[in-house]
Amino acid sequence: MIVFDKITKVYPDGTVALEEVSFTIEPKEFVSLVGHSGAGKTTLVKMLLSQENPSSGRVFYESLDINKLKKHEIHHFRRKIGTVFQDFKLLPNKTVYENISFAMEMSGRCDDEICADVPHVLDLVDLTHRAYNFPHELSGGEKQRVAIARAIVNQPDIIIADEPTGNLDPINTNDIIHILKKINDLGTTIILTTHNKGVIDSLGKRVITMEKGKIVRDDKSGKYVL
Amino acid sequence: MFWLTIKRISKSGLQNFFRNGFVSFSSVLVMTITLFIITSIILLGGFFNYSLNQVKNKVDVNVYFITTADESDILSVKKSLESLPEVSSVEYISRDQALVDFKEKHKGDDLTLQALDELGDNPLGATLNIKAKDPSQYAGIAKYLDDMSSGTLSTGGLKIVDKVNYTQNKIVIERLSSIVNSVNILGIWFAVIFILVSIIVTFNTIKLTIFMAKDEISVMRLVGASSTYVKGPFVISGLLSGVISAIIILIAFAVITFFINHYYGLYFVGFNLFNYYITNFLQILGIILGSGIVLGALASYLAVHRYLRN
Repeated sequence: MIVFDKITKVYPDGTVALEEVSFTIEPKEFVSLVGHSGAGKTTLVKMLLSQENPSSGRVFYESLDINKLKKHEIHHFRRKIGTVFQDFKLLPNKTVYENISFAMEMSGRCDDEICADVPHVLDLVDLTHRAYNFPHELSGGEKQRVAIARAIVNQPDIIIADEPTGNLDPINTNDIIHILKKINDLGTTIILTTHNKGVIDSLGKRVITMEKGKIVRDDKSGKYVL
Repeated sequence: MFWLTIKRISKSGLQNFFRNGFVSFSSVLVMTITLFIITSIILLGGFFNYSLNQVKNKVDVNVYFITTADESDILSVKKSLESLPEVSSVEYISRDQALVDFKEKHKGDDLTLQALDELGDNPLGATLNIKAKDPSQYAGIAKYLDDMSSGTLSTGGLKIVDKVNYTQNKIVIERLSSIVNSVNILGIWFAVIFILVSIIVTFNTIKLTIFMAKDEISVMRLVGASSTYVKGPFVISGLLSGVISAIIILIAFAVITFFINHYYGLYFVGFNLFNYYITNFLQILGIILGSGIVLGALASYLAVHRYLRN
């Protein structure tokens, strides 16, 4: 369970990114955060990853106060979360296979596990034939599928997908959302930020709508309303 | 787990090194230049030392004995001089030898030789040529000779030492010692400045190469990499650049010193650059390889460190 408790974020220049935001995400939920650019979606996501600290308020994962983690504890915590970003964030000097095995190496998995699991997730995202290509040789949709494979290979409790379809065409967008749904069905919590109306409307899952740093709607099976 | 981590970090470091060909090439290039400067300074230092020693060897103090001095007295003076710790060598030139040398020196000069013949007896006294270990020690040796010469008398009751030419040489000797000292100090300063500047340039180049990888570092962090895992491969790449540059320099200098010696050996007044390089190779190898490894690994470590705050 993830709890955002009265989160306020004020930047040093006085910009208010978030104001008293509170909500809870249950295990195995599929939650979409929607809102215009600058509404505060990405800031929330960054707090969950301990990339940024709130000015006031607290973020909990189970009983863990995320923003009180010590520097050397952060990377252990991040291994529980898989991340997918709009700009893919793949390692340019590693092949598709290595990008995925890298995430497993980080978790201290042994070589046998890596050899067994990487082909499996590659198959899941339908990229077996691209295993030995470098990221710059892939299309946008393929890159994002690599990112998803990397995110799920360690079987995380949560997957954060921050505008994962922002750079993709409608067909690839559908593919990615389909994969995310499949992962959710297998029991992983998904947090998706997007401003793609079509995606939200087709999902039929919980939608939290944000505007100017505040939550304006929170619907159990919502539509994109802005 | 420890060995697995080491294995993975090394593999990743080697992969990055070869896949980032251009970046690796530029750090190897810059580091090669740094090591070139360090090696040149070592060789120049060797040459300087050699030439200073040559000049030092040209300086000596001569003790002239009167013609009636007993050879045994002179030899006992020689012996007591040799027991002094400051003295590096004492050469005895007997009266007969002095005459032979004199005749040899004035071979074409009939007038002088004729005058010498007319004297009948050998007018030359024996001499001792004293070499000190360091030019600054001649003053002490001269003082010792003065004290001793007043005590040692010949059978005729005269002082056996006719004169010591230290006072004539004094100015030259003192000037030489001060030149030797300033050259040494100046040389060390030059070496320090050159080495510092090149180290700073190397550090900055490596910092730049890692700056280019800062997005990669943040991705690694997001995927959950510990700081050891992020730093490790960069340190390995830096270390590899250092080792490669060191090997390039060590081979290059074998060739360079050989050719300098072959074509320009005469300018080095008897100093054999190639031989010096070969005889001191192990020390130079230690310094160059050590500097390469430390420079490469340390610079990378420090440069990555600043991108690890998140």
